[in-house]
Formats: sequence, C-alpha cells, structure tokens
Amino acid sequence: MTIYVEILPKEGILDPKGRTVKNALHQLDFPMVSNVLVGKLIQLEIESENVDEAVRLAEQMADKLLHNSNVEQYRVVPVEGVSK
Amino acid sequence: MRWGVVVFPGSNCDYDAFDTLGRIFEQEVRYIWHKDRDLKNIDGIILPGGFSYGDYLRSGAIARFSPVIEEVIRFANKGGIVIGICNGFQVLTEAGLLPGTLRENVNLRFICEDLYLRVENNSTRFTHLCDEGQVLKIPVAHNEGNYFAPPNVLKELEDHNRVVFRYSDRQGKVDEISNPNGSLNNIAGICNKAGNVLGMMPHPERRCDPVIGGIDGQVIFKSVITAAMEMAK
Repeated sequence: MTIYVEILPKEGILDPKGRTVKNALHQLDFPMVSNVLVGKLIQLEIESENVDEAVRLAEQMADKLLHNSNVEQYRVVPVEGVSK
Repeated sequence: MRWGVVVFPGSNCDYDAFDTLGRIFEQEVRYIWHKDRDLKNIDGIILPGGFSYGDYLRSGAIARFSPVIEEVIRFANKGGIVIGICNGFQVLTEAGLLPGTLRENVNLRFICEDLYLRVENNSTRFTHLCDEGQVLKIPVAHNEGNYFAPPNVLKELEDHNRVVFRYSDRQGKVDEISNPNGSLNNIAGICNKAGNVLGMMPHPERRCDPVIGGIDGQVIFKSVITAAMEMAK
C-alpha cells in the first residue's frame, strides 16, 4: 500500500522558499499566483491491505518523526496505482 | 569537569569542541558515539555542530532518536550540563529539551561569518563571568538558524530571562539589521527553565584560541567550568 505524507509549512508562518518561488512565478507572467508554500512529499510503502490501518500508521509516523508540529502541517493521502 | 562530546554520523565540529575543552581548558574530555548509552561519570555534555544524519528530513530530527539522546535527556533532567551548539541546538529543540524550532534562514543563504552577540542574561551558569550586556564576537555557520517559537512560548522565554544571547551589532544594538537569519527577537541562544541546558547557533568553541581569530568564546566555557567548581566545593 502506497501512502503519501504531504508536509507543508504551517499556515501563518513565513515560508521563505514559497515566497521566492512566488516571486519567480510573477516574473514569468503568472501574476495570478497569490501564494506558494513549498513543502515535502514522503512516499511510504506500508505492508498492509487495510487502507484505514495504513493511514493510521502513517499518521503515527508523521506525529512522531516526519513532521514538526511547531512549524509544519501534514496530510496523509492513500495513493492508488503508485505501488511497485 | 569531565566532558563528553557526542558524535553523530555527520557531526563535524566534534573535534573543535574536544580540542577546546581538552587543550585550551585542560578538561577531561571524551567522545560519546551516538549509539552509546553509557555516559559514565560525565559532568557536562556537548552536542556539537555539523549535519547529523545529513540533516535529512529536518535538522536534528533523526539524531533526536539516537540511543544517546535518551541518556542525554535523562542526564539533563537530573541537572547535568548540556550545551548544544548549532546542529546540537537543533537536536535539543527536536528532542524537546529546549522549546522552539530552528527554521531555514529567512534569506535562504548559508551564513558563515563572524557575528556579534549581546549577552542578555549574565546570571546563567553559561554566562556569569560576562558583563551585563557584554558583546561577544563569535562565528556562525548555518542554513537553519532562524529561531521560531509560538507567541506563548516566546513570551515565557522572555518573561523568565531564558534568552541568553541575541544577535546585535558591535555596540550591542539589537535590531533588524543585526538579525542575520530572521530569528524571532534576534534570538541566538536560549536555556531551559532549570538553567542547565543551553542551545546556541553561534560557535563559541571556534573562538577560544587566539591563533584562529579571537577568544570571545572562552568566557562561556570558563563560566560553566567555574560554576561547576563552585558547586563542587
């Protein structure tokens, strides 16, 4: 089972990378972009056939290690068709 | 004092700390490998600078789960002296021994230069030999030194004088211009509530030998060593 853990800077916290990318997009004639957040995507292969269980485990991993709740938020997304 | 310098895969200021304590201050010092759980009879621990575990995931995030860190937490909770420098500071925040997080520098640059720090609290074990408001010239070398904490945590740090060092100019003026990395309130170093754990981004161990440009870092180690000697009496 493939699970994505999507991690982004917490709302309201300045994201220097996102700001730089937004400025670059504006220069490339995409003025409609009002905000950019740059985060990270972690792909987990979890040996489980049960989506709910895999999501629960991924959330535990995100809480314990993968994200820092002080400055980051995350979302766990089960993915179809990515598994090897 | 008997010191231990923790070595993680990717630490690269461990020798600087070892040399400073051993050669400059003639302290008993040994390395502690990150898988080691036996701290033996140690009075002080340095978590050195570097890139523990390649800084993968987040600075300090993986080092925080090293076997040695469990022992460091136990040691700190019993009142042992712990100093986290640069990556060591990042590890201490990830481990929960100090509050807040070191984020990427706001200008997205790796900063490697001598900076000025104003001593904000000279009644700690780490700074009691400093004059009030003394300005120290100490180098930084980091990409993630931008100190962040939620407003309530920041208030608690400020209200209890736990901000030990702030980035300033040569005269000790603290303002936006003297803030190199976007740290809230120009914070360069903080201590825990009990006053035995210090985290700082600048590298005092690199400013203890006049041969390499100055001795402003000495006062921090001298303070700790003299405080320990006083307590042992």
